[in-house]
Amino acid sequence: MPMTNPGPAKIRAIHPLPLRIMHGVNALAIVTMIGSGWQIYDASPLFDFNFPSSITIGQWLGAAIAWHLAAMWLLMLNGLAYLIWGISSGHFRRKFLPLAPRKIITEFAAALRFQLPHQSGVYNQVQRAMYVGIIALGIIMVISGLAIWKPVQFSWLTDLCGGYFIARYVHFFAMSLIVAFIIIHLLLVALIPKVLWPMIAGGQVKEAP
Amino acid sequence: MSPLMLDRRRLLLRATSLAAVGLLPGCDYNDPKHPDISDRILQFMSRFNDRVQAALFDPHKLAPTFSENLITNPPRFNAFYDIAQAPEVDPLTFRLKVSGLVTDQSAWSLDRLRSMTQESQITRMTCVEGWRVIGQWSGVPLRQFLAKIGADLTARYVTFRCADGYYSSIDMPSALQAQTILALDFLGKPLTAPFGAPVRLRIPVKLGFKNPKSVTAIEVGNTYTGGYWEDQGYNWFSGS
Repeated sequence: MPMTNPGPAKIRAIHPLPLRIMHGVNALAIVTMIGSGWQIYDASPLFDFNFPSSITIGQWLGAAIAWHLAAMWLLMLNGLAYLIWGISSGHFRRKFLPLAPRKIITEFAAALRFQLPHQSGVYNQVQRAMYVGIIALGIIMVISGLAIWKPVQFSWLTDLCGGYFIARYVHFFAMSLIVAFIIIHLLLVALIPKVLWPMIAGGQVKEAP
Repeated sequence: MSPLMLDRRRLLLRATSLAAVGLLPGCDYNDPKHPDISDRILQFMSRFNDRVQAALFDPHKLAPTFSENLITNPPRFNAFYDIAQAPEVDPLTFRLKVSGLVTDQSAWSLDRLRSMTQESQITRMTCVEGWRVIGQWSGVPLRQFLAKIGADLTARYVTFRCADGYYSSIDMPSALQAQTILALDFLGKPLTAPFGAPVRLRIPVKLGFKNPKSVTAIEVGNTYTGGYWEDQGYNWFSGS
């Protein structure tokens, strides 16, 4: 079927400006939260290990808590802005949907064999699953964090997490999964370095006519 | 990618990592009297968190209570000194001093404290370090004590000073919460020296370090008095 001339293809940023700002703020907030969280963990470890103080933020419990409870506002407000922007701008719908569980598995297998090509501006199924997963983890992190911070005033959140004692484990394991995500995230950037600059400067991609 | 762009990228990365390294480890509250820039930011945020917590505080919200079989026994000792160094207070000569915005400044003996209605409860004490214990404390509800001494219940702070030099202060709404007590007994027996004998504050709506032990003086006032840990950088309100 003959197509009408679409005219010159529109150029748009791979990552729109609000997303880049929120990504940067989130990186700063999450590094501060994790680093100070490790120091807080060390005051009363859940397992038979400590985080070396050379990689924690705040050199003693009081300083670490001060960092944690200051950066939590940055994390929560930025996260809230991201959710509102993601839903209202259609970003989530356009980028994350549709999510097909079977395709996630086949594309994940292809990715492991390095046979999943990278397309600028389009997320493959594995990426979609990862990004939706990390948003869910962020929400679990905030809920379990509030449950630990306010087990009386927000006792319903603490109950939701299985009580104060278990909420600490939920918070810890959600942190572990987020750290795993960050490691994979950074490894992939190292593998495909051309994706780094667009997250800072925006980049350019031709919009489908 | 052009070489120019690569250089810009490297420069930017280096600049941000330098900034992060320079800023983050700065705040250690090592020297609270001489705060650096990040100390000041954190202090500002901590004061902000005090106000948020005061606004979140629901005076009618009760801390959860537990059944007897969940009590942590033996209880866990925690202080800024070793258990052997806990202060020994003679219960016979003990007097609890009262001062500030109160109409009756007479000191209280233990007998006089015990003559008041006693309240018993099994509650959770959450430590700022993350661990928690469950215990059964009983004693005089602080709001009844404050009413008895004619305290100005609109005052902002209630300050506690202790036999071991420890001190802490709490906001009036938390002081008036129904479960806040001047505890005299643990598991039905008088408190022992390491656990705050002869009288300690037991306040389930705040973290453990806001539960001063071996209290010897109570002040009611409108001037901020801080606390032993609070002055070193712990959040003052530290509500649960």
